[in-house]
Amino acid sequence: MLTFIGLGLYDERDISVKGLEIIKSADKVYLEGYTSRLMGADVRKLEEFYGKSVTLLNRDDVERFPGKILDAAAEGDAVFLTGGDPMVSTTHADIRIRAEERGIATRIIHGASIQSAVCGLSGLQNYRFGKSCSVPYPERNWFPTTPLDTILSNFRQDLHTLVFLDIKPDRHMSVPEGVELICRMAEKCGETAPPLYVGMARAGSESPSVFAGSAEDVMNHDYGAPLHIIAVPASLHEMEREYLEIFAGLKRE
Amino acid sequence: MTRRKKMVERVTELMDQPKMIRNIGIVAHIDHGKTTLSDNLLAGAGMISEEIAGKACWMDSDEEEQARGITIDASNVSMVHEYDGKEYLINMIDTPGHVDFGGDVTRAMRAVDGAVVLVDAVEGTMPQTETVLRQALKEGVKPVLFVNKVDRLINELKVDEMTMQIRLGKVIDKVNKLIKGMNEEAYNNGWKLDAAQGTVAFGSALYNWAVSVPYMKKSGVSFKDVYEKCTAGDMKWLAKNSPLCSVVLDMVVNHLPNPLESQERRVNIIWQHGDKSTPEGQAMYKCDPNGPASLMVTDISFDQHAGEVATGRLFSGTLRRGTELYVMGTAKKINRLTQVGVFMGAERIEVEAIPAGNIVAVTGLKDAIVGSTASTLMEMTPFESLKHYSEPVMTVAVEAKNMKDLPKLITVLRQVAKEDPTVQVTINEETGEHLISGMGELHLEVITGRIARDKNVEIVTSPPIVVYRETITGKAGPVEGKSPNRHNRFYIELEPMPANLVKAIKDGEVSMDMPALERRDKLIELGIDKEQAKNLVAIEGTNTFFDMTKGIQYLNETMELIFDGWREALAGGPLADEQIQNVMIKLVDVKLHEDAIHRGPAQVIPAVRSAVKAGVLMAGDTLLEPMQFLQITVPQEHMGSATGMIQGRRGQVSDMTSEGDTITVIGKAPVAQLFGFAGDVRSATEGRAMWSTEFAGFDVVPAGILKDVVKEIRKRKGLKEQIPTPEDYLV
Ligand SMILES: Nc1nc2c(ncn2[C@@H]2O[C@H](COP(=O)(O)OP(=O)(O)O)[C@@H](O)[C@H]2O)c(=O)[nH]1
Ligand SMILES: [Mg+2]
Repeated sequence: MLTFIGLGLYDERDISVKGLEIIKSADKVYLEGYTSRLMGADVRKLEEFYGKSVTLLNRDDVERFPGKILDAAAEGDAVFLTGGDPMVSTTHADIRIRAEERGIATRIIHGASIQSAVCGLSGLQNYRFGKSCSVPYPERNWFPTTPLDTILSNFRQDLHTLVFLDIKPDRHMSVPEGVELICRMAEKCGETAPPLYVGMARAGSESPSVFAGSAEDVMNHDYGAPLHIIAVPASLHEMEREYLEIFAGLKRE
Repeated sequence: MTRRKKMVERVTELMDQPKMIRNIGIVAHIDHGKTTLSDNLLAGAGMISEEIAGKACWMDSDEEEQARGITIDASNVSMVHEYDGKEYLINMIDTPGHVDFGGDVTRAMRAVDGAVVLVDAVEGTMPQTETVLRQALKEGVKPVLFVNKVDRLINELKVDEMTMQIRLGKVIDKVNKLIKGMNEEAYNNGWKLDAAQGTVAFGSALYNWAVSVPYMKKSGVSFKDVYEKCTAGDMKWLAKNSPLCSVVLDMVVNHLPNPLESQERRVNIIWQHGDKSTPEGQAMYKCDPNGPASLMVTDISFDQHAGEVATGRLFSGTLRRGTELYVMGTAKKINRLTQVGVFMGAERIEVEAIPAGNIVAVTGLKDAIVGSTASTLMEMTPFESLKHYSEPVMTVAVEAKNMKDLPKLITVLRQVAKEDPTVQVTINEETGEHLISGMGELHLEVITGRIARDKNVEIVTSPPIVVYRETITGKAGPVEGKSPNRHNRFYIELEPMPANLVKAIKDGEVSMDMPALERRDKLIELGIDKEQAKNLVAIEGTNTFFDMTKGIQYLNETMELIFDGWREALAGGPLADEQIQNVMIKLVDVKLHEDAIHRGPAQVIPAVRSAVKAGVLMAGDTLLEPMQFLQITVPQEHMGSATGMIQGRRGQVSDMTSEGDTITVIGKAPVAQLFGFAGDVRSATEGRAMWSTEFAGFDVVPAGILKDVVKEIRKRKGLKEQIPTPEDYLV
């Protein structure tokens, strides 16, 4: 059996009771550590909390050589831990398909996802979000502008956009970096960048940071430690505006 | 005022009058006497003292050249020649004759308008005479002929006067035949060489005399005098009454075009893709010093004091210190010239301003490489890329001897690659073992020698290794390449490139620089399907990439990554990790992840790379080896050893011609079998052979030895003995 367990947002104690019980009785525990990570707990802290050893997986272990994980799941109970909710904004559908193809039973224990957390932090209403997108760090020969396309296309339909920020082994994109890249994309495409941004950091922790404003305001704001995320709002509903003014320092009109 | 100073003054005065300028090169087979001729012309024109000429080679400014007695880089000199009471400025480029340096000749030809083709009267035309002549004609450079070493004909071969004239006539006929074969139109329109017209001169570069029909009328010195004075050992008389410099430079002034005449015609050849009605087009046509500057960089060297010096031909505009140029094909940053000048011998002389029509040397052109187009305009259609007729066939690995030189060696290697576009440098910062590929054993020896000596980096060099290529023999596909996260999929089809398309690419007739419509039409003309012809999106070497997909979302911003993956695969094939050539790929379908982060470089590049590698295996990957033409001339009795030399090296003899008591054997053999050839020929023929080699392209490695060759290469490279299967790439 292969069980995907979402660890929730921030540290070792965000997991569900059900998920924790399954870990405790599992034969093998894997932690996927490259699409997202729990900023409030490292592997050692998790191991202590579970009373079990945890094997950390990198991208190749999951994407290119998933045989080991599947073998463990074929022989006994294996769990596959991910930050957030297992199938949201990650690419693990693939490994679940591979498992089923090998006749291995699978199930999912959900965790809290940033996708829903942003609604709480920003007050932006869940049903008004359009397609999400990610902003990657540009590389040589590669500066995709489709994230901007997504944002603008949502914006024109009066929908908010949730913008994930790139995570690299050595760096995490911050809200100011993300907004700057969005503005550069706009410049490159000859478009006008959206007027308003909501930056959020450390969702699920004791001290989350939420701050909304113009590109310039947001770029000059210090959001503190990672992880960061951005919501680009469309027009604001009265309730949404009020919420941002109270909880996100948005300047009153 | 010193003589030198005076000379500089005359040069700078003439620089401004295009009608009084001749830009020329001397081209020849090695040892036919180019350096001797250049030095004695310089001396005759008063640029160096006559005693020095012939001893200290002024043109051979590289110590390496002087030590070996061969000319390696195209060096530049200017001199002043008086004809009919008027002074002319002659800018001359010396070019190397050894085939290993063929790239330099091509570059030099771009800078000049006329060429003195020099042929040894005893040896006659040789394969490299043909190669360099072809390069000159392709560049629209007009030839005149100088038949050298006439003294040897008389004194060593002891021919009589009659035979001498017949043999000289034969040399002219042969060169004419070559010109006609290479460019019949030019031949019929006045480029046919004709002694009576004065487009041919005869003489002895070494002994400083020459004759030509027009000059005979002036000097009264006849062929009869030549014969008699030579046999009498009084060549001093000839040098005095019919001096080399006057005869040859008269011919140059009279029969080679000035920049005004030449550019009007050559702009069409060297700037085929430019629009002639633009200001820069008009300026180049007219060699206009007031138009936008357009400079073609033909040489880059590193000077201890000035740093990087770029030499080239200025086709329009005027360059001054402080002129701001842009180098096409780069980030369009301003390159501000810090010095502008002309060459005299190994010296570079700074001048205030230098106008269109000259060969110029500048510093401060940071972004340029050999072949670059630089202009005062930010956007300008670049000149045709320089065509090389030879390709790198041999590689050496170099390492810094001392740890401290590790970073410096990398800088130096980058410089070497910048200076000589026929050199390929592969830098491996991880292992510190870098590869230099060049056109032959000698070429590589010279380059590694130069790194140690000029650049002061001590290096350890491996023995040279032959460069192989891989290609496919059949079709394959669609092959599916999956990204590591399996969300992105690329479907490609592979097939061998048609031979005529390969040739068109090599000749620069199909390139990504040309307008899309023109490219499409050319492809259709070459027999490519209409639908496909418009989809050519990238060319790498002689490989092509066609995008046959339609309307796939996000493909646009992913394309560069697809090319990266494709190029990575082409850099090393599955069989032996050798460069892949002549493969046509069609991208027929693509599936991409919705979100940009999940279709970034880490996903796309490996997916495409493995699809190409697997596809190449499925399409029948095979190995190609470089070949060399061989021409060996020996006395009749050594014919057997000459043919044996070729056949014993997996070679084939294709032709044999005899002349008098000598026989010339022509054939082809693999480079892999030619190590130590020079020594073997010498001992087999008691030193009586004359021989030359020339690059002959890549041929398929015979099936009988393929396995062993592949095994050997894999072992040398530390690859697994087992050749990979397509599945290994498509997990
Ligand atoms: N007898 C004779 N020897 C010459 C003549 N011109 C050049 N040489 C010799 O031929 C050899 C090659 O000359 P060089 O100028 O280095 O040839 P390059 O390789 O074409 O530059 C040298 O030993 C010269 O002295 C000539 O007119 N007569
Ligand atoms: Mg020479």
